[in-house]
Amino acid sequence: MNLTLKIWRQKSPEVKGKMETYPVYDVSPDMSFLEMLDVLNEDLVERGEVPIAFDHDCREGICGACSLHINGEPHGPMQRTTTCQLHMRSFKDGDTIFVEPWRAKAFPVIKDLVVDRSAFDRIIQAGGYVSVNTSGNTLDANAIPIPKEDADKAFDAATCIGCGACVASCKNASAMLFVSAKVSQLTLLPQGEVEAGERVQNMVSQMDKEGFGNCSVTGACQVECPKGISLENIARMNREFLKTNLSPGK
Amino acid sequence: MKVDTGKIERGEKEKLAKLKQESPKSKLPKDPIKESLKSHKVGLKLDAKIPDGPIENKWTKHKNEIKLVNPANKRLIDIIVVGTGLAGGSAAASLAEMGYNVKAFCFQDSPRRAHSIAAQGGINAAKNYQNDGDSVYRLFYDTVKGGDYRSREANVYRLAEVSTSIIDQCVAQGVPFAREYGGLLDNRSFGGVQVSRTFYAKGQTGQQLLLGAYSAMSRQISKGKITMYNRHEMMDVVIVDGKARGIIAKNLVTGEIERHGAHAVVICSGGYGNVFFLSTNAMGSNSSAAWKIHKKGAFFGNPSFTQIHPTCIPVSGDHQSKLTLMSESLRNDGRIWVPKKKEDARAIATGKLKPVDLAEEDRDYYLERRYPSFGNLVPRDVASRAAKERCDAGFGVNQTGEAVFLDFAAAIERYGTTEAKVKGIENPSKEEVIALGKKVVEAKYGNLFEMYEKITDDNPYETPMKIYPAVHYTMGGIWVDYNLMTTIPGCYACGEANFSDHGANRLGASALMQGLADGYFVLPYTIGDYLADDIRTGEINTDAEEFVEAEKKVKGDLEKLLNIKGNKTVDYFHKKLGKIMWNQCGMSRNREGLIDAMTKIKQLREEFWKNVKIPGELYDMNVELEKASRVADFLELGELMCQDALDRNESAGGHFREEYQTPEGEAMRDDINYTFVSAYEYTGDPGKALLHKEKLKFEAIEVKTRSYK
Ligand SMILES: Cc1cc2nc3c(=O)[nH]c(=O)nc-3n(C[C@H](O)[C@H](O)[C@H](O)COP(=O)(O)OP(=O)(O)OC[C@H]3O[C@@H](n4cnc5c(N)ncnc54)[C@H](O)[C@@H]3O)c2cc1C
Ligand code: SF4
Ligand code: FES
Repeated sequence: MNLTLKIWRQKSPEVKGKMETYPVYDVSPDMSFLEMLDVLNEDLVERGEVPIAFDHDCREGICGACSLHINGEPHGPMQRTTTCQLHMRSFKDGDTIFVEPWRAKAFPVIKDLVVDRSAFDRIIQAGGYVSVNTSGNTLDANAIPIPKEDADKAFDAATCIGCGACVASCKNASAMLFVSAKVSQLTLLPQGEVEAGERVQNMVSQMDKEGFGNCSVTGACQVECPKGISLENIARMNREFLKTNLSPGK
Repeated sequence: MKVDTGKIERGEKEKLAKLKQESPKSKLPKDPIKESLKSHKVGLKLDAKIPDGPIENKWTKHKNEIKLVNPANKRLIDIIVVGTGLAGGSAAASLAEMGYNVKAFCFQDSPRRAHSIAAQGGINAAKNYQNDGDSVYRLFYDTVKGGDYRSREANVYRLAEVSTSIIDQCVAQGVPFAREYGGLLDNRSFGGVQVSRTFYAKGQTGQQLLLGAYSAMSRQISKGKITMYNRHEMMDVVIVDGKARGIIAKNLVTGEIERHGAHAVVICSGGYGNVFFLSTNAMGSNSSAAWKIHKKGAFFGNPSFTQIHPTCIPVSGDHQSKLTLMSESLRNDGRIWVPKKKEDARAIATGKLKPVDLAEEDRDYYLERRYPSFGNLVPRDVASRAAKERCDAGFGVNQTGEAVFLDFAAAIERYGTTEAKVKGIENPSKEEVIALGKKVVEAKYGNLFEMYEKITDDNPYETPMKIYPAVHYTMGGIWVDYNLMTTIPGCYACGEANFSDHGANRLGASALMQGLADGYFVLPYTIGDYLADDIRTGEINTDAEEFVEAEKKVKGDLEKLLNIKGNKTVDYFHKKLGKIMWNQCGMSRNREGLIDAMTKIKQLREEFWKNVKIPGELYDMNVELEKASRVADFLELGELMCQDALDRNESAGGHFREEYQTPEGEAMRDDINYTFVSAYEYTGDPGKALLHKEKLKFEAIEVKTRSYK
């Protein structure tokens, strides 16, 4: 099939970017979206032009590196699918496809389609861990049984890949889904529960500092999240947050 | 079952020697490369520093005897960790907790995205929670045997020993492993073993373990004990007075070249499977950090030992950028087959015949036929070779002729029948049985089936999966001693980047175990022994001549690449190299092919340096330039891999030399002549490296032949 791509090009953070048009021909439906961009890039290089920069690594939907707003949707039209797992059979011959980077104040563009998501790292650094040393001199792994249901829920929350689609899909550019996924995972487990109050306070305050917006529970994030992280996590985090705000001495 | 029949006995030795004599080798013309190699001396000394004493006491004894650095002095010492996968992430976090100042580097935009994140199936540990007779010894034994007796006993024993702490540690960090209804940890089985010792978190075990290490790192970053350099690539190691004292790194956002000093450098940069272009590795996985230290004096161990995983989604076209693994666990229920007749294979490949319509008697379940006792669950190397053999013989089932079927129809029916019984449905119809069976299969493998369908647009519940072997893991890597130190003093290697624990073939779920063992529990101890002498050294001066020189060289090389301005893209060369490696140094190898490959790689490398085209600038984010400098290293490493494969005149694990096989086509190891680790020293010409041999001694384990018949 033949397609017209409209792609955001921006040389550097300081320079203004713009949409450029690239026609592509003979695209096979079996290609992934990123492979289609690879072919375009090969072409650009052969013509001596600078190829389009985009983040990617695993191409299996797990590392969270790939991003891309495709026709206005983070990770494109297919639900629960990252851009790297999206295949060209989702498009039709003659389509025009718009490709843009994540748009959020806290995710500044570095180049073309590459954005800086290190704000997510800093939120985790603010408290997204259990304060335990790695000496191995801890309890035996089976010393504390954990109800399967809790473990499964913690796991589901923990499958967040830190891609940032939730932020990109949110009109407020809120990072609540991402933050709540980590808070939930650790709160649901006895190992993480000990520091639950402090953790949620610190992570939320870092989130605010980074310039993410407030959550007005529109639910767009849940729809666009490639891993199906649910709004339940936001509710759980809000409960934890209120609990610590209300408790005396905090 | 007829496994492990007998150790190497006298009769067998004679048989081996006879077969060796009969092998075509003696009839071949003189090999020019081999001849030129003879001018090199075979290496002299290679001290693995294995502690003495009985195997079960070695590690404890060693820990008690090595030098320590006291907490106050640790603050005076800087350590660079290159890589933030399971090995690097766990090492960085542990070293920082102990008090060292750590600088960690990764080329991704966050340490959480290291390739370890993609591991699916699980992690082994000798916990014996299932009470099925597992023990440290059994895990040790399985690993050595699985590695076809080409790994170092003492290291493997230690790995098995610390494996149990890994699980404790990860649970304490909040890693949500799968649990049973009683709330205790669940286990599954993996290939090549008879116990259930694999811990898992659905199909995302690597992700959960890596996020655990990442959180431990994040905690130390927040305390200022780790300085994290994202989007930075190590370009070279800097050696001062014979010791590793820092690195030259490139800031991938600005293109700036930076000097970083430290008292020790730890390389945790992962494996080099991407030398084949197509592999299950992440796109950015590369060999450059390992290769750069090799060129500065670190020996490279067993470079030709590569693991080809039997169950991956086949190549679909020229545009293909990577291959996707379908977990080993599928072979528990899937049956592998090709048509018995070539015309049927062709009819299926061209879409004229549906695989489900081919009669049972016209199918060849070749693994079940060749290996009746292990069937579809033979180890990875054996399964991969068997698939290649059928496809080479013309029985492949897709357009390219490189695919076999992995069929779940029988499993669906079997599970369906059981379910119907459980549910008390009498005389269920075939449709009912199949519907019930599909549910069971979905519960077990749903996410994999979904991934398969997304990629291929085929529904594996209705039609068998098509699979083919693909490059997956590299057992070879930087040679390290028992302390995980390379042959450069002060330079260490951990995780997939080193050669140490898996011999010629790795068992499933053991790479994650090794990465975390190295990083959490081994290196943090052993590195003290070396650093104890560095407490008075003071900060490393990065204005020293060695740093200036190294930086100049890195810049010069990058400028040189940019200035070639040829007319072929980086991928053009990478793909070409991949083809040579896959065809001539892949699943099966032979002498002529390897000699030819070395010549071809040399030519390709020359062409690369004359004709590669890289647009853009040095001081900018330049993805093509990043790729180019990695491919330049692959183009050297590939040749060394061929040299090693050529040198090893035996078949062992993933290394299969066509000349060394039994009449039935099984691998033939040569324990008399090849029970050693090949450790190569760089000589300036990648294909003429100097071979050093580390003799392997098996004291705790009896060496046996591997048979899966
Ligand atoms: C699809 C797949 C599934 C797998 N499943 C399993 C499984 O179920 N069980 C199992 O045990 N094993 C599995 N493996 C193998 C296992 O995942 C790897 O062997 C292991 O994760 C490697 O970890 P590592 O820490 O050594 O390296 P990696 O995780 O590869 O990390 C390498 C790090 O080095 C950095 N790096 C590399 N070069 C440079 C440089 N020059 N400068 C700066 N940084 C650099 C990278 O940024 C990265 O942070 C699987 C592998 C694949 C491909
Ligand atoms: S919550 Fe979902 S969308 Fe947001 S970062 Fe995690 S995986 Fe991505
Ligand atoms: S590239 Fe890793 S999730 Fe898409």
